[in-house]
Amino acid sequence: MNAPVKPVGFPLPSSVKVIPGTEAAQASYPYFMQFAKGDDERFWFYNSMHFPEPMSAFDTVTGEAAYIALGAANTRVHVLPTVLGIDQRIINGRIYIGGNAVTDPVQIGRRVEEFQQRGLYYYANWEQLYAQWKVKMLALIKDAEDIKIPELPEFDDLASVHAGRGIAQNHFVLTAYHKTIEGYFRMWHHHFEFLLLGYGAYMVFFEFCKKAFPEITDQTVSRMVAGMSPEFFRPDDELKGLARLAVELDIDHKFPEDGKADEVLKSLEQMGEPGRKWLEAFEKARHPWFNVGVGDGFYHYHRSWNDDLSIPFSAMPGYMRQVREGKTLDRPIERLKAERERIIAEYRDLLNTDDDRAAFDQMIGLSHRVFPYVEDHKFYCEHWYTTLFFNKIREFGGLLARHDFFASPEDIFHLTRFEVDAALSDLMTSWSTGSAPRGPDHWPPIIAMRKAAIAEWAKHPTSPALGAVPDVIDDPAIVMLWGITSESLNAWLNEDVTSSEIKGFAASPGVVEGIARVVKSVDEIGRLQEGDILVCPVTNPTWAPIFRKIAATVSDIGGSMSHAAIVCREYGLPAVVGTGTATQRIKDGQRIRVDGSRGVVTIL
Amino acid sequence: MTSTETIGWFADIGLVDRPSVGGKGGSLGELTRAGIAVPPGFVVRTAAFERFIEALEASAPLRAEVEALDPSDLDAVTACSKKLRARLEASDMPDALRAEIAGAYAELAGADRPVAVRSSATTEDAEDASFAGLQDTFLWVMGADEVLHRIRTCWASLYSVESLSYRLKHGLPETGVAMAVVVQTMVDARTAGVMFTRSPLTGDRSVVAIEGSWGLGSSVVGGEVTPDRFVVSKITGEISVRDISKKLIQHVPAAAGGVDELDVPTERQTIPCLSDEEISALTDTAKKVERHYGRPQDIEWAVDQGGALMLLQSRPETVWSQKEAAPVAKPQADPLMHVLSIFGGKR
Repeated sequence: MNAPVKPVGFPLPSSVKVIPGTEAAQASYPYFMQFAKGDDERFWFYNSMHFPEPMSAFDTVTGEAAYIALGAANTRVHVLPTVLGIDQRIINGRIYIGGNAVTDPVQIGRRVEEFQQRGLYYYANWEQLYAQWKVKMLALIKDAEDIKIPELPEFDDLASVHAGRGIAQNHFVLTAYHKTIEGYFRMWHHHFEFLLLGYGAYMVFFEFCKKAFPEITDQTVSRMVAGMSPEFFRPDDELKGLARLAVELDIDHKFPEDGKADEVLKSLEQMGEPGRKWLEAFEKARHPWFNVGVGDGFYHYHRSWNDDLSIPFSAMPGYMRQVREGKTLDRPIERLKAERERIIAEYRDLLNTDDDRAAFDQMIGLSHRVFPYVEDHKFYCEHWYTTLFFNKIREFGGLLARHDFFASPEDIFHLTRFEVDAALSDLMTSWSTGSAPRGPDHWPPIIAMRKAAIAEWAKHPTSPALGAVPDVIDDPAIVMLWGITSESLNAWLNEDVTSSEIKGFAASPGVVEGIARVVKSVDEIGRLQEGDILVCPVTNPTWAPIFRKIAATVSDIGGSMSHAAIVCREYGLPAVVGTGTATQRIKDGQRIRVDGSRGVVTIL
Repeated sequence: MTSTETIGWFADIGLVDRPSVGGKGGSLGELTRAGIAVPPGFVVRTAAFERFIEALEASAPLRAEVEALDPSDLDAVTACSKKLRARLEASDMPDALRAEIAGAYAELAGADRPVAVRSSATTEDAEDASFAGLQDTFLWVMGADEVLHRIRTCWASLYSVESLSYRLKHGLPETGVAMAVVVQTMVDARTAGVMFTRSPLTGDRSVVAIEGSWGLGSSVVGGEVTPDRFVVSKITGEISVRDISKKLIQHVPAAAGGVDELDVPTERQTIPCLSDEEISALTDTAKKVERHYGRPQDIEWAVDQGGALMLLQSRPETVWSQKEAAPVAKPQADPLMHVLSIFGGKR
């Protein structure tokens, strides 16, 4: 056998050029997110799992807030002994990230001591701290919902004058904006309060299983731990409940396959008692369970079901048909639980020694304790809060649009968070002085230029990684969440792009052939037909209604514990994730075979 | 189908009968009695061999010739081997014995249905590499005369140079020499191969590793094709590995008896030789056999032209079972301390 070819490495960051004509748009990103001297010595990978599309200027706030919070938790709060935070850089609208490791044994020793009274304290008090977390999180959501974005009337409110408030209305534009931004950063701190610890505990069990059963699949390990959270599947369950109710009330004919949500709602309002009953249930279900994003919540255009009812309403007719055919829509939770217990018991029985069995019990016990957080936090953070946050920013967009800073409230997302601050200051100044604001002349050409740049960037593929390949990848988040391991990097490097086989992680078992639909952004999910295979940069569990239609899923990025993998297993769909390049190599409409047991996609 | 001192039908024998039916025969009986589909057959017990040898001794000495040999005189051993083997192959069995075996064959297979005739060694060390010459198998044997001939060939292999040298070197008495022979209906296999109830690569006991190819299993056992390879979880049934290889040749029964080697038609070379349902049925059978024996097994199997699955043989897995399993992890006084293996820089 030939010796393996040593990988040459990925392109250096300094060799990646800004696409001509987009230099000004690239320069609009904050200076601390630009590649700079010294970055060539480090390893970076394209975070296409969370940021599969070029980032608009405002949306970079998500990367900023998330990595600030993640880094703070690892580096300063829980004090993880060997890993610090994750740095991010942006080029051509693409976010690259790179982890920071601690390698000095003296530093690791100091951090181990700190970790024992911090990280370990969290594990020891998990249930109580998590109960407290939910209260905190709901209060934070309430605070954000309550933020009022003031209008700027010609004259200040008389009542506040008489009350002697002593502060003019324009001041509250700024405080409301700062409060909105502050809440978002705070949410991300909450998000990472438990997450890495949760992944760490899971990884302990994962590594044990891989050692004891070298040929166990990733998905079997995760089946022993994951997929049992009631909240994770709640939005879809609510939808099924509404479909069942409509059939019971005999009003399901009011939900045509291609019906528009507002027309359906109007026709229900006009039909008396049964319609009223359904609408009442609908209102109850949608608050809060329709606060689920159609994306991962990291882009302003990932709207929630509540914002865009077309997604839940396009799913309901299918569920209604299944109810009429006498199929049960319930997820057989008890059966799934019993199955999970059986799998755990049988693997346990195969262990060789009492010590192994005792260690196995301890590790799976810990995994089961931490996992509800790992699954549930997404609904509160990535779905409910992010869609709420972007809607608040939209309201500021509306305010600025009404003062002619730009044409549409959506245009605000082409300003960075710092520039929005400046534009609001411009508006407050002009409201104070009585002069015209400068924004209406300043922003429209800049926004047009940035929109064009994003459209241009989307046309260009980007390297899955940059810089030198590290010897070991030790960061639990990077391994578990992004599926980035030394093996996957080598596979990316040595990939034969002319081969008809694409390898990735076996995320959900089964073999299926079908037509590939390459869906690069959420706007395109309407193109998916019954039986199609979804090929996307990142699989997204909240496209739940779509998962009912498709036959399999293939993604560029994602590990065995990515939510997509979990949802595909739940729906019994074959899935191959973390392929690196599937969306670039598979052409829309091609016939492909997805082998979710082996992690191989074949172009037929 | 009554078993006698000479004939043991599979349904009547088990591993405890090893001294008279051999390891292979005992195992086939054991599987049959455990309700696992095995091609029907019987064992010609060691008593038959002894009756044959006694008849030969009556006409001219046989054991004495071996006992008189000088183990270091290889030429003499070789000449003696050649002579005795020819004698065993050419000599008829006593009439009563012939009639009894031919009767069992007729009962099993009718006048000319094909059977496999295989030697079945009676001692553990006879299965060693040193006795490799003993492991004779004749496939697609048809007609009573040919069956009787092949039984004698199996018996004659006890007088191979290797066997003689081994017995002489270890001072084993000639009176203790015995061999049973299995006569078993052939399966006209569409697909056949082997499977292990633990991974042969890693020793993982949670999986069944299956290897198979088109036609009779002899192409897989003999290493003449690269078989398709499947790894299946015993616990979830998930097929985690499917290595479909290019299967160029297949063994098929020859019209006149024996086995022909044919090219696999191009369109069948790279398609899987087993369906998912068959893989799952094989896995279930593997689990059942392992449970029956209480230890990991190495199994030969076949799927016939009608799709029916049958086991041809099962023996204990030896490679991994002899290794001391290393402990995976120790329990901690405080279970939380396990996380330090991830976060603590101990990797």
